[in-house]
Amino acid sequence: MLDLALFLILLTIGYFAGRATEHRHYKSILLREKASLHLPTVTSKMLPEVDQIAKSFLVTGSCVISIDYFKRILAVLRNIIGGRMTAYETLIDRARREAILRMKYEALGSHIIVNTRVETASIFSSASQNGIGSVEVFAYGTAIKLKKKL
Amino acid sequence: MNPSFTGPAVAFVIIKKVNDSAILLTNIDSVPGKTIVEHFGLVQGATIRAKHIGTDTLASLKNIIGGELKGYTKLLQESREEATSRMIEQARQLGANAIINVRFATSSVAKGAAELFAYGTAVRIE
Repeated sequence: MLDLALFLILLTIGYFAGRATEHRHYKSILLREKASLHLPTVTSKMLPEVDQIAKSFLVTGSCVISIDYFKRILAVLRNIIGGRMTAYETLIDRARREAILRMKYEALGSHIIVNTRVETASIFSSASQNGIGSVEVFAYGTAIKLKKKL
Repeated sequence: MNPSFTGPAVAFVIIKKVNDSAILLTNIDSVPGKTIVEHFGLVQGATIRAKHIGTDTLASLKNIIGGELKGYTKLLQESREEATSRMIEQARQLGANAIINVRFATSSVAKGAAELFAYGTAVRIE
């Protein structure tokens, strides 16, 4: 009985707190993405004219995000019937966008980031009882600063 | 710079020592604006880190409400910097002044421990 009560309490906390955190995070992501639009981030290796380049350096950004209790239970249920796991999709989406934003933040002052690579790892997952509950996303690329802006 | 971009939401950013060092890193095949005069081959750096019990306890609490696990982010970031600086040290010993084509890899070798691995090609540029 006590177990069930605890479970329901955790579920409720997870639902409300998780939803609030996600909402807040998405709001901040959208805001910062808009603010950083002036810095293009591309996955190609195409370079600007060589004589225009002043400086180039490696930039990185990483983020570990955990899923809330409610969504974890939802995912367990989803595992039974199969299908799209919407609960996990937002988790990974948030982590990726946050990592890319941090990478962009590190590249402040440069004009373009080329060869952006995004890596996802679920390390430390075996420690939690329910298996995967948090992902780490690591983004890196080469920031290029031009002598004068195009 | 737009203030909202540099604002409070980006609070957790560690300024890396890596970019200040004399060795230049890129993850493309060249150092833009410079010419490569000598190749030294592969250089690499790795580190294996285990999380400590404090961050783990905090993380399991955070697992209920969801959100970023700042302790883990920091841990992994520091480990990656460690791996990178080892790679840089190796390149420096070879007499290189840049590393091109840098790649990062992550694997979990044991329970609760992660291996961070960085590798690239050491070159001398002019």
